[in-house]
Amino acid sequence: MSTGTETVVAAPEPEVPRTAAGRVRKKLTSRTASAVSLVIALLWTVPTFGVLVSSIRPENEIKSNGWWNFFTNPQFTLENYNQVLFGARSASGGLAGYFINSLVITIPSVLFPLAFCSLAAYALAWTRFRGRDWVYVGIFALQIVPLQMALIPLLSFFNEGVSLGGVQVLPAWDLEGPGKFITVWFAHTCFALPLGVFLLHNFMAELPGDLVEAAKVDGASHAKIFRRIVLPLIVPALASFGIFQFLWVWNDLLVALIFAPGPKNAPLTVRLAELAGNRGNEWQRLTAAAFVSIIVPLTVFLSLQRYFVRGLLAGSVKG
Amino acid sequence: MSFDFTAEGPKLMMLVYGIVAFAAVVGLLLLVLDVLPSHKDRWVALGLLAPAGLLLLVGLIVPAVRTLILAFMDADSDEFVGLDNFIWMFTDKNSGMLPDFGADPVQYGVLLSTFLWVLLVPTVSTSVGLVYAVLVDRARFESFAKSLIFMPMAISFVGAGIIWKFVYEYRQEGAPQIGLLNQIVVAFGGTPQQWLLDGPWNTLFLIAVMVWIQAGFAMVVLSAAIKAIPADIVEAARLDGVTPWQMFWQVTIPSIRPALVVVMVTISIGTLKIFDIVRTMTGGQFGTSVVANEMYTYSFRADENGKGAALAVLLFVLVIPIVIYQVRVVRRRRLEGAR
Repeated sequence: MSTGTETVVAAPEPEVPRTAAGRVRKKLTSRTASAVSLVIALLWTVPTFGVLVSSIRPENEIKSNGWWNFFTNPQFTLENYNQVLFGARSASGGLAGYFINSLVITIPSVLFPLAFCSLAAYALAWTRFRGRDWVYVGIFALQIVPLQMALIPLLSFFNEGVSLGGVQVLPAWDLEGPGKFITVWFAHTCFALPLGVFLLHNFMAELPGDLVEAAKVDGASHAKIFRRIVLPLIVPALASFGIFQFLWVWNDLLVALIFAPGPKNAPLTVRLAELAGNRGNEWQRLTAAAFVSIIVPLTVFLSLQRYFVRGLLAGSVKG
Repeated sequence: MSFDFTAEGPKLMMLVYGIVAFAAVVGLLLLVLDVLPSHKDRWVALGLLAPAGLLLLVGLIVPAVRTLILAFMDADSDEFVGLDNFIWMFTDKNSGMLPDFGADPVQYGVLLSTFLWVLLVPTVSTSVGLVYAVLVDRARFESFAKSLIFMPMAISFVGAGIIWKFVYEYRQEGAPQIGLLNQIVVAFGGTPQQWLLDGPWNTLFLIAVMVWIQAGFAMVVLSAAIKAIPADIVEAARLDGVTPWQMFWQVTIPSIRPALVVVMVTISIGTLKIFDIVRTMTGGQFGTSVVANEMYTYSFRADENGKGAALAVLLFVLVIPIVIYQVRVVRRRRLEGAR
């Protein structure tokens, strides 16, 4: 898996070598460089490709020989997809319902954090009050607190409410059926806030201060400045964070396992993990199921990659 | 074909409610903001921070404090048991936490396994990411080449787990292999292995999956850092006649050190909490379990709240040094940036 570092020789634009030996070396190094990068690129794409190819092969083919035989003996079927999406038996997947669960979970779990984070980030960047820096640092620090720290109490908060000294202060949420989605939205929104506030704040703090100051002098309220000036300017940042949050929620397993168990609420990831555990040898279904779960985030990711990368860099390099 | 669309109606209604609620909340917040006395920054800030602050309090801060307390209580959270849960974690031979080098195969135990993850994933994925970033820098098809490595970041850990489980799939010797890795082994005359079952190496095969996912992140951040190296530094080094090798170690690496630190730290934190990959690929069996998986098992499968909470606290304690370091960096930058 690891590639020895001794092959790293292609520093940016090596000078045109003056000697013949230098020229030979340069040719060699660039050849090694190409070979190494090709090997890495293959390692990073072939496994996914294998699953894609397998998902369109008939069951007995998948189980009896490797997917690479597809190219010498192509046999094509969509039966696997039909089975995992719409199959009636519990073994087959029934992924269509889970796909909808994933959508229902993800969309509000992206929208709510966007709203709350941009408001909070604006306050931290463009209003002045005592202790502002401490609030900012505090929210940032929460970003690193493991999710695991919050799970047990948050679940009991939903299921049992809050009681202090035997007195019920807040009732249990008692949500059933589709209502259970609310707890998932709530959990995801809470967990998204630290990173979201941090990211959006970094973008907002970089907006030209004169713009905001000038608006203030003109007598614009904060509400107006936020809506008319700041919001339009941070659309790329909102896109970055939105994609982040989308991928995070769509791909999450842990939060969903705890707050949305059961076929009525569970997203694709939960069902997929279940299939991998119980029916680990049913590769015709597993491969197709894996692709059903991958296709949405992959499309979002590939079409909006630019924003995603920008968010990554803002969150890690500048921040 | 038995998919019932009417059964999905209530769910989709719920989605509509959610979006309506979102619109209502945003509208309300903006309305309140308009009403607030605008010249008093303090009130405006309070109004803006209130929703996020309240959610953080209810969803993160209070639960975290409660988990801290639960870690010192028994399985049903009825009685305080002092440090018992932590003593169990670090001394009990039957907890599965400790390594057992006498066993056959060698058992790493949960704690040492987690340490291996946190040691190997950041170093290997950062190295691969860095090598690749350097190699494709200014190459033809650079952005396409980068997308290939970057793509696994869009795939869920569960999906990646299945993809790699398929690569590791085992068939008896002599039978045609369907897993790529065993096919390669057989092609070179070896005997097929049960990569995910045979300890202690199986942990390494799980770690490879995480490396596969994280290398793209490292590559993107480091590539941006490499491009940001001032051209005159590179030019000066070139005029001095340094070899590409020297250029890499004496110019590139020192220039991107801050980005390297950020990447390693970020990946370490993510790896410490790794759960999905282990859950999907082995379920934590065969000596592959890690702290986060045990935390889930004890809290939500075995109803052992005390032990589960103690494991969560362990994760927290391990990131505290990183939190302190990061907070100091952010605070310093914030003070420098203050107008």
